[in-house]
Amino acid sequence: MDFNDTPEEAKFRKEAYDWLASNAELKEGPKDSWRASSEEEGLKQVKVWQKKLHDGGWACLHWPKTYGGRESTPIERVIWGQEVSKFKVPGGYLEIGQGMAGPVMMMYATEEQKERYLPPMATGEEIWCQLFSEPAAGSDVAGIKTKAELDGDTWTINGQKVWTSGAHFSDYGILVTRSDPTAPKHKGLTFFFVDMKSPRIEVKPIKQISGGANFNEVYFTDVKIPDSQRLGAVGDGWKVSLTTLMNERLAVGDASGPDFEEAFSLARGQDLNGKLAIENDSVREKLADWYCQQSGLKYAKYRNISALSRGETPGPQSSITKIVSGNKLQEIANFGLDMLDSAGIVRSDEEGAEQSMYQFGFWGAAGIRIAGGTDEILKNIISEQVLGMPQDMRADKGLPFNEIPTGNK
Amino acid sequence: MNFEFSADQMQLKDIARKFLAKEESVKRARKVLEGEESFDQDLWAQIIEMGFTATAIPEEYGGLGLGYLELCVIAEELGRSLAPTPFSSSVYLASEAIINFGDESQKKSFLPGLASGEKIGAFAHNETNTSPTEANISCSFTGGTLSGTKIAVADGDVANTFIVTANNGTGVSLYLVDGSADGIQIEPQSTLDPSRSHASITFTNTPATELKSDWSDVLCLLDRAAVLFSFEQLGGAEACMDMAKEYAMGRYAFGRSIASFQAIKHKLADMFIAVELARSNCYYGAWALSTDAPELPTAAATCRVSASQAFHECSKENIQTHGGMGFTWEFDCHLYYRRCRQLAANIGSQSIWKDKLIGSLERANQI
Repeated sequence: MDFNDTPEEAKFRKEAYDWLASNAELKEGPKDSWRASSEEEGLKQVKVWQKKLHDGGWACLHWPKTYGGRESTPIERVIWGQEVSKFKVPGGYLEIGQGMAGPVMMMYATEEQKERYLPPMATGEEIWCQLFSEPAAGSDVAGIKTKAELDGDTWTINGQKVWTSGAHFSDYGILVTRSDPTAPKHKGLTFFFVDMKSPRIEVKPIKQISGGANFNEVYFTDVKIPDSQRLGAVGDGWKVSLTTLMNERLAVGDASGPDFEEAFSLARGQDLNGKLAIENDSVREKLADWYCQQSGLKYAKYRNISALSRGETPGPQSSITKIVSGNKLQEIANFGLDMLDSAGIVRSDEEGAEQSMYQFGFWGAAGIRIAGGTDEILKNIISEQVLGMPQDMRADKGLPFNEIPTGNK
Repeated sequence: MNFEFSADQMQLKDIARKFLAKEESVKRARKVLEGEESFDQDLWAQIIEMGFTATAIPEEYGGLGLGYLELCVIAEELGRSLAPTPFSSSVYLASEAIINFGDESQKKSFLPGLASGEKIGAFAHNETNTSPTEANISCSFTGGTLSGTKIAVADGDVANTFIVTANNGTGVSLYLVDGSADGIQIEPQSTLDPSRSHASITFTNTPATELKSDWSDVLCLLDRAAVLFSFEQLGGAEACMDMAKEYAMGRYAFGRSIASFQAIKHKLADMFIAVELARSNCYYGAWALSTDAPELPTAAATCRVSASQAFHECSKENIQTHGGMGFTWEFDCHLYYRRCRQLAANIGSQSIWKDKLIGSLERANQI
């Protein structure tokens, strides 16, 4: 048992680090990170950085070289991730395209389409979004209603999508629709990719509980899509969707925000009823619980990496990451605000104000426990796919979709 | 990165698992629980025969000289199968105390017997219903003899080698007592888990020799043992999760398998999460123990807390998943519920280990 690289891994790590060192700036500390002054500015910087990555041969590590990738092994991706996290580099905006749309295009698009769309996705020139969730189809994503009707070689799309990250700056989107409302729920779906600049697509930001707006509603009113942009057979949309849903559940990992280190350091400096908070037994007990959770996730990840390093498929331990870290974040955020007493609820515009980080976690945790599969859906996945327990009995099984009650009544 | 047990170690684990299943170790635990015997002598003899007690004892003292990773995988299987033997007292505590703090003559006199199973060791530490500290241990050592009373000594009634904590006037050290010495009075104590025997032991001017140690070495011994106990707890936790799942799959109510209800599925998912966190932390503990890493105090407390939590979660929710049947004497659920409590108590409670964990992080300032 050791934490060392194999010689090949060490060689790859050095190559990655050397390239990064001559192309990016090292972080000053573990919590130092890249920040943009605005979304527009961030997008610009991400595109510049992605181009640089691509020119250096470091874009889309897992993609085939033909489309701008590197054909790296899974363990090389992990090593790259570890090395890149030491540097202050732009991030965000491109993950949905490269992580979800890309793989689905590779699997279902024509060779001509792959050659046209994948390289600009790899270089960051074109940005993609994912149009799945709807107001009446969240956890039950197969319950979508957005209508697709075929006339000749053209589909007409009507309906509404929701929770679409980046729809307002995306060039293209992957879209799942209902092409046959009389078929059972999972049977009547058809999958497309769509030009987000098409006429009669309307994008509206959703105001979140935090006041921010990171997601959108997307309205389709008689939007036309050529049949050539269909991915998979008519009625096979669910099967195509699963490709990306599996990628999504793997992609949404650790919740970002204050963790054990922040809570520990806060407790060591904070007065609590005349003593340092760290001397309070209930504080120590909570800190110990969070340390054990954080450590458990860290070493579960090491077990995954070890499996990848041996060329094996990682075990099911990664399925616990989001559920544990999301709940831990919510508790730590609440703890941090509690430690600051009444001051914890006061908003501050000051850079680096202590309460801001916990306030960020206060909102973020409520979101992360829902995004990319709620805690409850993830527990279904663990019990069904890992432990092999039966699926839930479904009241809608076999019913034509248009006879199934959906949404809020 | 190679944060996994080797193929050889996994094979050893598999051998241990199959052996304990074939010998119906869980049935034997029930037999000890219901009977008059303190432990299963036949199973103990076979465990010795397999060489498990000799695993980490150096070859020069009659051991196999394998590493601690080997001992960890064996511990997990003993925990999974509730093996009713004095293994943990003799191997994780008594043998470890002598390996780490004994002088040449103590090692030569005791380790070969502990390796061959001829000697059974026990660790006599607790005295009252508060957790032992350097300040509250009243058992004393003067003029070459020990005096004082220890309670809830696991395997105290069957051991013939005792490691005893006592104050020598300047501080607390570990002392080694041969079971044939004068002035040892042993009273078996009945506990929540009769599948593992316990006793109170009164030493009256009992001849003893000092293991070269102080209080920090007592804590070090507990840290080392904690990793091995954690693996037993992990094995127990996983066994409970498997039992709960198997029962739920075959139990029908409201016209369907109860394993299809989310209330049960999510309960099992929670058990899985606790077990995976514990397993990952146990591997961290195993790594620290096997490499003598400076992080051992942190790693030991982390895996101890995590594995105690997992076994607690899984053993209580296993009963709950079984419903009324889980509350019957006939089903095995209570054997695990009892063992969970016994293992959680054996080397200090969860609150103590949580406190130690934060203390070691404060000292190490390693984050």
